[in-house]
Amino acid sequence: MPEIKELVKNLAGKHGRTRESLIPILQGVIHEERYISDEAMTEIARELDISAAQVYGTATFYSFLDTQPRGKYVIRVCRTISCAMKGKNLITHEIEDMLKIKIGETTQNKKFSLLETNCLGWCHKGPAMLINDEAFTDLTAEKVREIINQYMKK
Amino acid sequence: MSYSNLKRVDLIFDKECNPKEIIKNTWAKSNDQIINELLESGLKGRGGAGFPTALKWKYTAEQPEPDKYIICNADEGEPGTFKDREILFKVPQKVFGGMVVGAKVIGAKEGFIYLRGEYRFLLPELEAQLEIFHASLKDLKIDFRIKIIMGSGAYICGEESALFESMEGHRGEPRNKPPYPTISGFRSKPTVINNVETLVYAFMICMHGARKFKDLGTADSRGSKVFSISGDTPKAGIYELELGMTVEQFVEEFGDGDTKAVQVGGASGFCVPRKKFKETIIGFEGVPTGGSMMLFNSSRSMFNVLHNYLEFFEEESCGQCTPCRVGCQQLILGIEAVKKGERHANYLEHLQKLAQTMKITAKCGLGQSVANSFFSIVENFKEEMIY
Repeated sequence: MPEIKELVKNLAGKHGRTRESLIPILQGVIHEERYISDEAMTEIARELDISAAQVYGTATFYSFLDTQPRGKYVIRVCRTISCAMKGKNLITHEIEDMLKIKIGETTQNKKFSLLETNCLGWCHKGPAMLINDEAFTDLTAEKVREIINQYMKK
Repeated sequence: MSYSNLKRVDLIFDKECNPKEIIKNTWAKSNDQIINELLESGLKGRGGAGFPTALKWKYTAEQPEPDKYIICNADEGEPGTFKDREILFKVPQKVFGGMVVGAKVIGAKEGFIYLRGEYRFLLPELEAQLEIFHASLKDLKIDFRIKIIMGSGAYICGEESALFESMEGHRGEPRNKPPYPTISGFRSKPTVINNVETLVYAFMICMHGARKFKDLGTADSRGSKVFSISGDTPKAGIYELELGMTVEQFVEEFGDGDTKAVQVGGASGFCVPRKKFKETIIGFEGVPTGGSMMLFNSSRSMFNVLHNYLEFFEEESCGQCTPCRVGCQQLILGIEAVKKGERHANYLEHLQKLAQTMKITAKCGLGQSVANSFFSIVENFKEEMIY
């Protein structure tokens, strides 16, 4: 808990303590912790002098501000039309098979979470996925295996 | 460069451009001169709604409030609209240039780029490019700064007032309009919000003059446009083309020989079936588009296409107004029930009435535009919805 308190204080110091600082602070927590815990939300509310409900309301609105625990590497496979047409399901199944998790789940070692997301903006190079902030495009089953294997070694 | 039947244009990605020089030359002009040049060019916003850029700038400039803002909307996450990423990646200085010219006209000291969360990987390079840009402004003794604000994965934040809410630290829920951003936008101050492509075109008009732009396109759709082309095409990618082509000409160039439909304008746009290719113009006199063009060949089920779009809208609806929140869910359940035979085919007419209600009563463009794809797909591919 003291670490969260410290992290939030540092982020508030960097981004300010106005309402406009809220989302950058939440993004900062995600960057460090991979998700925004109840404790983090309470601390942010205290630091910005707003209600925890307001922090919760904002945090839960955005798909990249996870309020569920996530792994070190969050894999987001694009499920929108162009990627779906180019075989998105094959990619998702390949990852599920490799990591032994389903969409929405996190591996037991807390290293990977697998999610589906809406349009990543790589429609001409689908299927596409993000691992944290890194984009991978023109995916095939082989390519995905290679990428995930690389991440497993990290 | 011309294709067999389409004129390819190279205004946006043309490397022959010295942004600092253009800014310097533009600074020597009066605001009225710049607005008149834009007005003369016929430039309309490239996000799809098509509001004349010159008027947006003019109305904001006329506001007596001293604090004003210019915002670049780089969160247009419509499926198929990936052109903004390419523009920001390849010609960021032109985007910044458009912002500083807009800032001069309206009298803003500060500008923001709201970058979609999915493109966070662009951030380091954009920050580096901004440093170069700010140094140029310093040389020219221009007091203007741009800050990049990151989005967090919400399609609705491409809607201008939802984007302001997000920048102010709130849920990205659209505001009631009026007042429009030209009067009350970010921090309730007069704000110009343009998409990435519009800003670059405004800057290019400052460089080349109105004539070069005006000579392209048609009476209703002036200039060229960057298209993001995806789906069943051997030429998926980004192309800047002169406006005014028909869907037939487009398909001749980009289709795979078996194209049965083209979705113009992404999930919130219109689906054009083969029988209407010849008569449909891509532009404001036909089907307007923010640039997204998706091609479907005969192997595709249009039921699946519509289902995918509706799932997209269902998830991305901000949930604030009932027509959109409940309407999207009911449209999905409805088409599923018809497909399974749980409902008679006539039920599609009830669903069309629901889509029409959403068009009239939804609070913002998201809920209002669901009807576009719904109507055009259900009407043109009814048999695929049923069997």
